[in-house]
Amino acid sequence: MPLTSKKPPLPSEDKRWRIVNGTMRRHGYARDALIETLHTVQESFGFLDKASLRFVADSLRVPLSQAYGVATFYHFFTMKPPGEHVCLICMGTACYIKGAGALLNEAQAALGIQAGETTADAKASLMTARCIGSCSVAPAVVFDGETMGNVAGKNLREKLAGWRPA
Amino acid sequence: MTFEELEQIAAETRENREKSPRELNVCVAAGCLSLHSDAVKKSLEEEVKRTGATCRVRGTGCMGLCSLGPLVASEPSGQFYKSVAAADAAEIVENLEGAPVPRLLCSREQPFFQRQNLIVLENSGRIDPEKIEEYIAVDGYRALVHALTEMNPNEIVQEVSKSGLRGRGGAGYPTGLKWGTVAKTAGTTKYVICNADEGDPGAFMDRSVLESDPHRVLEGMAIAAYAVGATHGYIYVRAEYPLAVKRFGTAIREARRLGFLGSQICNTKFNFDMEVRIGGGAFVCGEETALIASIEGRRGSPRPRPPYPAQAGLWDMPTLINNVETFANIPSIVRRGGDWYASIGTKKSKGTKVFALTGKVRNVGLIEVPMGTTLRQIIYEIGGGVPEGHKFKAVQTGGPSGGCIPEQFLDLSVDYESLRELGSIMGSGGMIVMDDSACMVNVARYFMEFCMSESCGKCIPCRSGTAQMFELLTRMTLGTATARDLELLEELCDMVSSTSLCGLGQSAPNPVLSTLRYFRDEYIEHINEKRCRAGVCECGSAVGVTA
Repeated sequence: MPLTSKKPPLPSEDKRWRIVNGTMRRHGYARDALIETLHTVQESFGFLDKASLRFVADSLRVPLSQAYGVATFYHFFTMKPPGEHVCLICMGTACYIKGAGALLNEAQAALGIQAGETTADAKASLMTARCIGSCSVAPAVVFDGETMGNVAGKNLREKLAGWRPA
Repeated sequence: MTFEELEQIAAETRENREKSPRELNVCVAAGCLSLHSDAVKKSLEEEVKRTGATCRVRGTGCMGLCSLGPLVASEPSGQFYKSVAAADAAEIVENLEGAPVPRLLCSREQPFFQRQNLIVLENSGRIDPEKIEEYIAVDGYRALVHALTEMNPNEIVQEVSKSGLRGRGGAGYPTGLKWGTVAKTAGTTKYVICNADEGDPGAFMDRSVLESDPHRVLEGMAIAAYAVGATHGYIYVRAEYPLAVKRFGTAIREARRLGFLGSQICNTKFNFDMEVRIGGGAFVCGEETALIASIEGRRGSPRPRPPYPAQAGLWDMPTLINNVETFANIPSIVRRGGDWYASIGTKKSKGTKVFALTGKVRNVGLIEVPMGTTLRQIIYEIGGGVPEGHKFKAVQTGGPSGGCIPEQFLDLSVDYESLRELGSIMGSGGMIVMDDSACMVNVARYFMEFCMSESCGKCIPCRSGTAQMFELLTRMTLGTATARDLELLEELCDMVSSTSLCGLGQSAPNPVLSTLRYFRDEYIEHINEKRCRAGVCECGSAVGVTA
């Protein structure tokens, strides 16, 4: 244990770094707070990047390789900035049986991108989830954090068209 | 907190409710919320305010019949409304006393509700999950106070053993035995972990319990901590369940406020506190050693067992890990006794099991039935059968570690052993009904894709084996497979299941093995005739293109 626990400076003036620092402080800068802290970074900034990983790793005194390893291991973390809107299609078994595959194809065609990508104009991102637990209203799609149940192709097309007015 | 104080809170809460008994309970658990029950609740509140009616509008947990949501229960008249829209508020409030609103009426006399036996879900939909007083009013925390003040840790372990409760995460290890092992292991620091990383696609039982009745789980964990000698607990919840995380966080704060968590709980020497850890969307973290690695802030890679977490778990300390539903059973067992619990269920599988009944079935929702109920009773009586125009084909249990059970076994009772004999497993409780529009080869491929992507990559059989099996299954669905590919697939199933490091790999071949066992003719059709009888795969069109 080093006697001086000098913390690295905040990467920028951005106030959101203080929220990140708050999470680490709450956990006493313990190494096991890595995942919790990365959650806060992603919540605040929308994604993880090299600067944030380095800052968190230095603050918690974990190797950068471990921070990067964790960030890439867990599907929930993303290292690409998301689009303005996010469409998340659930591919859980119940949704799959009720046509989530067809919904995904429609969304890919409508946005002209594959799952996991963002449109060139940064308007929309298309994601898939393993299961969001809304199996009772399958197929389910999450539009900007709001879950919609019993989604038909028509609902999906309308919603996506609304995000990117022609 | 003493019994008297607990009783006083309960009495005050009940009294307050009785003073103005009229209430409208709106389900605000995930299923109904995604059908906009929050808007329904708001509009009911506004309507009550506008008309000056004396009626409380409460947000409650899951009422079970999620497919007909948003659900609203009017008390004390007992009227139960389905598919309620915000625009229906005026009509509902107008008819609080008088005749019900017929077009929204949903009978609670139907088999869906009548055939159930509620223990874990007894308070779901009946209490406000964010108010600890409401939980106390329905006998909440009595078990904890009783355990701490009148029982010693060993007696609790005995009682849990007597109940015959087995791990509800799916593997079915006897809970009492696990508790006993942790209790006996020497160590000054021990941990209790609640596994709420409900990763099986098609399962939402744990989510619903945490959203509808979080204090039940918390109470179960505190009792467990006292029984095994732990002072600190963690609940590991999926990041995909933000509402469950929020409600459980509230529950922890409320429990601290009333002294059910903290030091010297109920004026005894027992200290216990806990925190929420949020998962990162990795299926493998449902495996206990991977989950522990994740709590420690590392990649969720499993490690070989033994040593089991009971001996060396979190930070190498003795650790008790149980599933949400297992903990949720504990308060009832302590309150009503192990013998009572053991009187429900079958010889080897005691108590009840919560299932998420989904897929091609009329009544989709959350149900709790005694162990030993037959699949036919669950799917046809409670579930109302397959919607018209289609025929039942199989029911999938156990998620990616389970299998598909065909029609000829529907009269078999649901318990750990009989499901295993059929080549499936109990699993955490997802039950997905499939009709003749599902292709079994495609379903097997779907689960293999899941296991392939979710394999952590640590051991070769799982990392490469699942990828090879996925490739073979893809060829079958494309119509480019040969008879040799089928042989290869079977060999790989055997190899991967017997040599993988953890449960993920060991059980990854199950969906393939079970569909091969019961629907082999479909595989043969895909290979020899390039035909998919369900019309899902495009194997016919691919002939000549890739040959």
